[in-house]
Amino acid sequence: MRDLIIIGSGPAGLTAAITAAEHGLDILVIDEYLKPGGRLLGQLYEEPGGNWWNGIEESRKLSERAGALGLDIRLGVSVHNIEQENGSWLVYTDRETFEAKSLLLATGAAEAPVAIPGWTLPGVMSVGAAQVMTNVHRVKPGQKGVIIGVNVLSSAIAMELHIAGIEVAAIALPKNNRVNGSAAIPTEVMNALLHVSHMAPSAFVKMGSKLMKNEFMKKMGITFYPKNGVRMWDIPVMLRKAVIRIEGTDQVEGVTLATVTADGKVISGTEEVIGCDFVCIAGGLYPLAELAALTGCPFYHIDELGGSVPLHSEDMRTPLDGLYVAGNITGIEGAKVAMSQGKTAALSIAKDLGKDIAEASLSEAIRQISSTRSDAHIQFHQDVEVGRRKLQEYWEQHATGKRNILV
Amino acid sequence: MTERILDHPVLGALEPDQTVTFTFNGMTYEGRDGEPIAAALLAAGVRTLRHHEESGTPRGIYCNIGHCFECRVEVDGQQGVRACLTPVREGMVINGGGPLPAPVRDWRKNHA
Repeated sequence: MRDLIIIGSGPAGLTAAITAAEHGLDILVIDEYLKPGGRLLGQLYEEPGGNWWNGIEESRKLSERAGALGLDIRLGVSVHNIEQENGSWLVYTDRETFEAKSLLLATGAAEAPVAIPGWTLPGVMSVGAAQVMTNVHRVKPGQKGVIIGVNVLSSAIAMELHIAGIEVAAIALPKNNRVNGSAAIPTEVMNALLHVSHMAPSAFVKMGSKLMKNEFMKKMGITFYPKNGVRMWDIPVMLRKAVIRIEGTDQVEGVTLATVTADGKVISGTEEVIGCDFVCIAGGLYPLAELAALTGCPFYHIDELGGSVPLHSEDMRTPLDGLYVAGNITGIEGAKVAMSQGKTAALSIAKDLGKDIAEASLSEAIRQISSTRSDAHIQFHQDVEVGRRKLQEYWEQHATGKRNILV
Repeated sequence: MTERILDHPVLGALEPDQTVTFTFNGMTYEGRDGEPIAAALLAAGVRTLRHHEESGTPRGIYCNIGHCFECRVEVDGQQGVRACLTPVREGMVINGGGPLPAPVRDWRKNHA
């Protein structure tokens, strides 16, 4: 029987596979996609200091290292069930059922949708879909697009589309309705953006640092925010306009925008139509954790981590014997954090399987997760550290028997 | 109409690849061998991959990474195949689905 099955060949899964292989474990990596790399594949941004973080290149490095170690990576394989039986893990796929002593779930994240009339029209896609088409498959999602949802992910991808020569006519808020929540409220979006203003180029940063000073300035900021947006990489970022409808009969032909008040109410009579042939919906990322739910692992909903996450310790163990997690399934963070989590998970697994892993190297790996987190260029949630602490408290409560685990 | 990004200022030139011929809804298209069906069709300007089983409204890719199943098509006779995850190959026969019969509902419309 194999030592370990890893589900997901993104930054967390591949790094874990490499580390585990270096410690002599017999591993199988499964991924549904046709290339290894996961969400890392699409990433492309300039880091402070002028270096480009090129996800395709990073994925290639990981795959080459995995290849050199002779790792068994099966692509295009979908998992539909998991069971634990007689101390081993059974992974049911569309090909065959695999079995191993331990299981690492590194399934990453999914994108939350934003409900807007017209969103089922061909040409409407998640912002990540446009990113993958552009950077990975090198096909333009369209000639001219509008992005709905102003957040870290949508700003980063807007820039990537711009670099690839695709026109982004606007980044605007979604219509305020019962579904879209704070993502449709200009003041809330403004506050969230100010915490990431270090990522944006000049105009936005200068404006942001002034507005950070106090509540009054923040309120003034959104009140006097230019109706036609502030330009970021030549793309108008509209915090006072919302897309109220996507237009088109057989496919996207445009969007209807309207000016909204500071608390997101549409000002009637301000509707205008912008022509475009594609629309990106950016509702943010959440941990893709269904497979963990199948195992019976307890979950906690932690906003700062992007949604419901399986309970786990800082060494990436779950309360179930032989089950581990790493990467965005544990909370939404960047690829570098995912890699350090993958390494930590692999060391924990090797240790639990009786390999000689020094306590010091495991604690060093855990320390590296924190330092990578503090150095991260892109922070999806400003209070991610708070979220991690909350989860750690839940873990300790479980460990000391203050909370019962129902499996 | 969409197009391929042949030159990218950071990622460089698009590497040459084998061209394959396939059909979608009876029309012949060309793609790069092994690229996802959805990418090959989008590069050819095709956005509509299927019509909804019940409403008949057009659908295309949404998430592009296998989560949402909006891009499900029939490939070489197999239904429910995700166009965003499936590599396009020489001679593939791909069909987008359409509305499915709903005999009970249709009967109720006229009788109930």
